Amino acid sequence: MRIGSPKETYIADEALFRTRTQWMWFGILLAMLAIYPFVANMYWIFLLCLISINIISTTGLNILTGYTGQVSLGQAAFMGVGAYTVAWLDNNTGSPFFINLLAGAGMATAIGLIAGLPSLRVKGLYLAIATIGASFILQFIFINWESVTRGTRGINIDPPRVLGTELDNPDTFYWLVVPIMVVMVILAANLFRTRIGRAFIAIRDRDISASVLGINLPFYKLMSFGIASFYAGMAGGLYAYFFGAINPESFPLLMSIFFLAAIIVGGMGTILGSILGAIFMTLTPEVLRYGVDFASPFIDNPSQILSPLRTAVFGAVIVGFLLFEPHGLAEIWRRIRRFFHLWPFRT
Amino acid sequence: MEWLFFFEVSLAGLGTGGLYALTAIAFVLIYKATRVINLAIGEMLMVGAYLFFGAAAGWALPWWLAIIAALIGGGILGIVLERGVIRPLLGENPISVFMVTIGLGSILVGMVELIWTANPRSLPNFFPTDPIFIGDAFLAPKTFWSFVVAAVVIALFLLLFRFWRGGVALRATASDQGAAYAMGINVPAVYSLAWCLAGVIAAGAGILLGSIGGISSEMGFFGLTVLVVVIVGGLDSVLGALLAGILIGWMEAMAGVYLGGEYEHLVTFILLMVVLLLRPYGLFGTREIERL
Repeated sequence: MRIGSPKETYIADEALFRTRTQWMWFGILLAMLAIYPFVANMYWIFLLCLISINIISTTGLNILTGYTGQVSLGQAAFMGVGAYTVAWLDNNTGSPFFINLLAGAGMATAIGLIAGLPSLRVKGLYLAIATIGASFILQFIFINWESVTRGTRGINIDPPRVLGTELDNPDTFYWLVVPIMVVMVILAANLFRTRIGRAFIAIRDRDISASVLGINLPFYKLMSFGIASFYAGMAGGLYAYFFGAINPESFPLLMSIFFLAAIIVGGMGTILGSILGAIFMTLTPEVLRYGVDFASPFIDNPSQILSPLRTAVFGAVIVGFLLFEPHGLAEIWRRIRRFFHLWPFRT
Repeated sequence: MEWLFFFEVSLAGLGTGGLYALTAIAFVLIYKATRVINLAIGEMLMVGAYLFFGAAAGWALPWWLAIIAALIGGGILGIVLERGVIRPLLGENPISVFMVTIGLGSILVGMVELIWTANPRSLPNFFPTDPIFIGDAFLAPKTFWSFVVAAVVIALFLLLFRFWRGGVALRATASDQGAAYAMGINVPAVYSLAWCLAGVIAAGAGILLGSIGGISSEMGFFGLTVLVVVIVGGLDSVLGALLAGILIGWMEAMAGVYLGGEYEHLVTFILLMVVLLLRPYGLFGTREIERL
């Protein structure tokens, strides 16, 4: 509870940033994002681009799983839908990249609405399993619909062009992906100040009670699926442009688990959680790589242990957070903030 | 001769179906006792197969001793997972528990790859290799014998559940935990027992599966098909698990032969979606009634 910030209107009470300090920090963050590509080297810019893509997708999944309570293991498959739509449009129509991205997100939304249909009938774990089924069926389509997806060979995508400049390097692509990420995250944060977002939260807390309160369950559940898939599709489209090539292997079930792990690590049902979780999960493999590089003089064939080590650490992170910090990094963040707010008193 | 071919494919399908049914029993056992959807069952199966491989090829034990070692290892793994990770989370949001089993699966895969590398291996053969003929139909001896072993083991476990004290305690806990406590059943011990038995069954299924198709760190995928089996059969129904296991094994074989190999799993997952839409609690499962 913050003291010394009295509010006089309901609008002020519901605002995203309630104090001047928060505005200031937000401004500093934006300024840092703007300066970043000028001070960081290519590798770190690459990482931040990747993190931004993952943040978009994680935020979408957090809207669906963290806020609406519908577990989905199909996020990567919806990303694939977005990516393939973008790739097909890019190769066959030559329409501008922004149209392609929106079309990819729109296509993912449509598929997401279909994949969300089981949510009308089943929930909880059954739903999670239904989304596994959906993602396998999508995977099958990616592999076997040769005329559109070119099967296992994959598709190459030309980098997007803005005002005659090709965004073919991380340092130029940065100016495309980071603004989109910021806008998508702010949109998500604002969603929960509206009737729709509150309906989502009510459904998560108790769906039967929510429907007694007059919330149209099928409508809002499907809407949540649609929004999550929209985010996934946008992330997938950016992914396709960023890497310049996609194939069915790009969007495995493991990637869906990655996003679910990201919201668990970050904190379910918080926007900050999606951001922190995506950063953490993207950086962990890199840190491991550094660790293995560092230890390489002391162990045999370090390159061979890297991939299994990643898999094991990936699982250990999920298990560890669920056991010891179920509210995720967002809760740790809150605790640190509280410490400084109340300092020198104990929290 | 078409019918003969159909019959042969069916038999092969039933062979795989037996393994599905066996693993599904392990799954249902865990679900009934602890209400945990264990997505790591495929990985437990893989660890069992690798333990057998390690004992038979690494330590050069005779095959029967290696099997016993792998089964014991599987049982210990089950207990460790239950005591270490599942027990602290019991009563938590089922979604957390579900995610924890995904994490466990990932840890197990990573460990196996660290120890034995990700390369596929083949297991030493311990089945008789004489070709089997049923009528005129030929059946691969490995498939036949693994089906026989699976069937015997399933029968053995059904008898155990019916007559053994521990089995009765398991069924009592599954049907009403509070009442089981009140009757003096040590419910936490039953949890460990369920996971231990499931670990043993999974390890056994892993050895059988590995001896048919070789082992690799991607064997865990088998667990996803088993998940479909138990959903179709009904999560808490042993009978459902058996029938759905056979059914799905047969369907996959049919789809693989008549539609093409890539359709095998597609058919399974389409069946999953259809069952979830029409009859979410499965063919023989208990319909859940929600109260506020």
